[in-house]
Amino acid sequence: MHRSSEVKHLASDFNTRACECFGQPPVQPFESHCPVLTDRTVRVQLKVLKVKDGSVFFIRVKPDRTGVVTDGVKHSMNPFCEIAVEEAVKLKEKKLVKEVVAVSCGPQQVQETIRTALAMGADRGIHVEVSGKDYETLGPLQVSKIFAALAKKEQADLIILGKQAIDDDCNQTGQMTAALLDWPQGTFASEVTLEADKLKVVREIDGGLETIKINLPAVVTADLRLNTPRYATLPNIMKAKKKKITNVKPADLGVDVSSRLEVLKVDEPPQRQSGVKVETVHDLVEKLKEAGRI
Amino acid sequence: MVVGHGVRCLSQLAELPELHQMMRQTCRDYAQKELAPIAAQLDKDHRFPAKQVQELGAMGVMAVEVPESLGGAGMDYLAYCLAVEELSRGCASTGVIVSVNNSLYLGPILKFGTEEQKKQWITPFTTGEKVGCFALSEPGNGSDAGAASTLAQREGDEWVLNGTKAWITNCWDASATVVFATTDKSLKHKGISAFLVPMPHPGLSLGKKEDKLGIRASSTANIILEDCRIPLGNMLGERGMGFKIAMRFSIPQQTLDSGRLGIAAQALGIAQAALDCAADYAHKRTAFGAPIGKLQAIQFKLADMALATESARLLTWRAAMLRDAKKPFTKEAAMAKLAASEAATFVSHQAIQVLGGMGYVTDMPAERHYRDARITEIYEGTSEIQRLVIANNILKEYQQ
Repeated sequence: MHRSSEVKHLASDFNTRACECFGQPPVQPFESHCPVLTDRTVRVQLKVLKVKDGSVFFIRVKPDRTGVVTDGVKHSMNPFCEIAVEEAVKLKEKKLVKEVVAVSCGPQQVQETIRTALAMGADRGIHVEVSGKDYETLGPLQVSKIFAALAKKEQADLIILGKQAIDDDCNQTGQMTAALLDWPQGTFASEVTLEADKLKVVREIDGGLETIKINLPAVVTADLRLNTPRYATLPNIMKAKKKKITNVKPADLGVDVSSRLEVLKVDEPPQRQSGVKVETVHDLVEKLKEAGRI
Repeated sequence: MVVGHGVRCLSQLAELPELHQMMRQTCRDYAQKELAPIAAQLDKDHRFPAKQVQELGAMGVMAVEVPESLGGAGMDYLAYCLAVEELSRGCASTGVIVSVNNSLYLGPILKFGTEEQKKQWITPFTTGEKVGCFALSEPGNGSDAGAASTLAQREGDEWVLNGTKAWITNCWDASATVVFATTDKSLKHKGISAFLVPMPHPGLSLGKKEDKLGIRASSTANIILEDCRIPLGNMLGERGMGFKIAMRFSIPQQTLDSGRLGIAAQALGIAQAALDCAADYAHKRTAFGAPIGKLQAIQFKLADMALATESARLLTWRAAMLRDAKKPFTKEAAMAKLAASEAATFVSHQAIQVLGGMGYVTDMPAERHYRDARITEIYEGTSEIQRLVIANNILKEYQQ
């Protein structure tokens, strides 16, 4: 679903490291953001987002037009984050990383999402508690600050995130996190290989595939073709129950989660107009001329 | 492992423990993505879903209750019922394949096998590489299991089996079977013993695959035993214990009671799938200017369908919880199986009605659910037998 929104920049004191040209700001992020941090010896921190389930069809704009209705809507892990978790677990299975930490920012419910990541193979979880109004206005910038703070605290070497959340499609958190930490980034990754102390990342870009080599520590964002996430096995679900999830508040990390963005309005896309069938190419050209298109 | 272990209260029926919710979700995801899209084709081709069975094995679903030390998932019976329901919602044939392997094959060996037998006959059957089957019924007796005429004679250090078993699910795809044979017909049901036979094996052959109305991706056929020789060590449990192993008599938690709940779960999955289909159609199909879901006739049907399914589900969960708490559960298991199987046939019948003409063609899954549902009232104890079991238990409760 596309949402159009107008945004006013309320403050200009952006962190100078963060890029300012973000275009459309996020509208009502519903996800909890988790970065995946990985250590060389590796602690991988995963970003685990809880978004509205991709198979939910009936999304409605709230009457006050500040966002969409989330009550009673099924939420699940952001698909790109699932891919990120899978990649981190794979690295661990290859014994290239030591520990995988799954992080999620949001209210109590995100613990479920963290447990899913644990059931897929992450070692432990961190729940950054953000709820209520703060959660409604939580956007990539605040999340990136949280991740950057956690990365330093946990001494992570690699952060893997999903490239974007499927509810707001911002595609900003990974990039901002890298900038805040002054780490290299490999975004839209379709292949990740650890070579000595460098990371080889194949990126899916408009022009094709770009292969880059970046130093660790680094930030990677997962694209669709990076891997196929595994189903949690029953024994792993059982093990997940015993794995630890620590709770942390943004204030503990020295992060201010207040938003510098104000959503002015959220609208449904305009109703699709029906088209007109024409018989010949000549008619088509005439019609296009009539409509002022050519 | 499960909240409230030992003391299962009814409030747990309302909200499953987190562990169970997670595993239910993973099975649901798998069924939606991997089973539902191929179920129609599997049915058409009568094809055993070997790849999916292996994947399910890797997930631990082929041996839910088997302890981890033997290669299983080490979860409880409630978890198993949830798994079978979710898988059956995607593909009923896959549901029964999983159920037979768990309840009817692994179940008795886990309960009555020696340590040696467990290692040999359980561990290889937890991964999805191999599946097992259960050979009790014969051409001459189904409900009347005590009248088994398959013979087992001791010759030196071997048992020699002779006879024919009928209606054996999974047999064309199985690598082992639990066979029930009598060592002394005069002892009637007390003469029956259980034996473990590998497949293929000299003296064991398979009849033609039955061409069934439903659950066509699972194979069903006769097993013919002609001087089938097995080592003495292949007897499961003690001599004469066969009937107890198969049924439930004075010892609680026997095989068919447990198998009963597996089938109840399968029936629930079919009912739910049929309900999903009908409810979805009611939203989309318009007649007389509005979606048919606005018509009371359809609404009443959907309500009855949901009620039947949900009631049967709660009966199934309760019976499973009783079993996990090691309490007697025979009456409850019979009630669950009866309710769930009758719900499956009722719901799938009504689903076709809601879909109208579309319910009658293979373009929509309603007709397959209707065909798949029918067997649930027959196997693993016909509805009539379930009623006898329930009645017997009730009369015992009221005995002076």
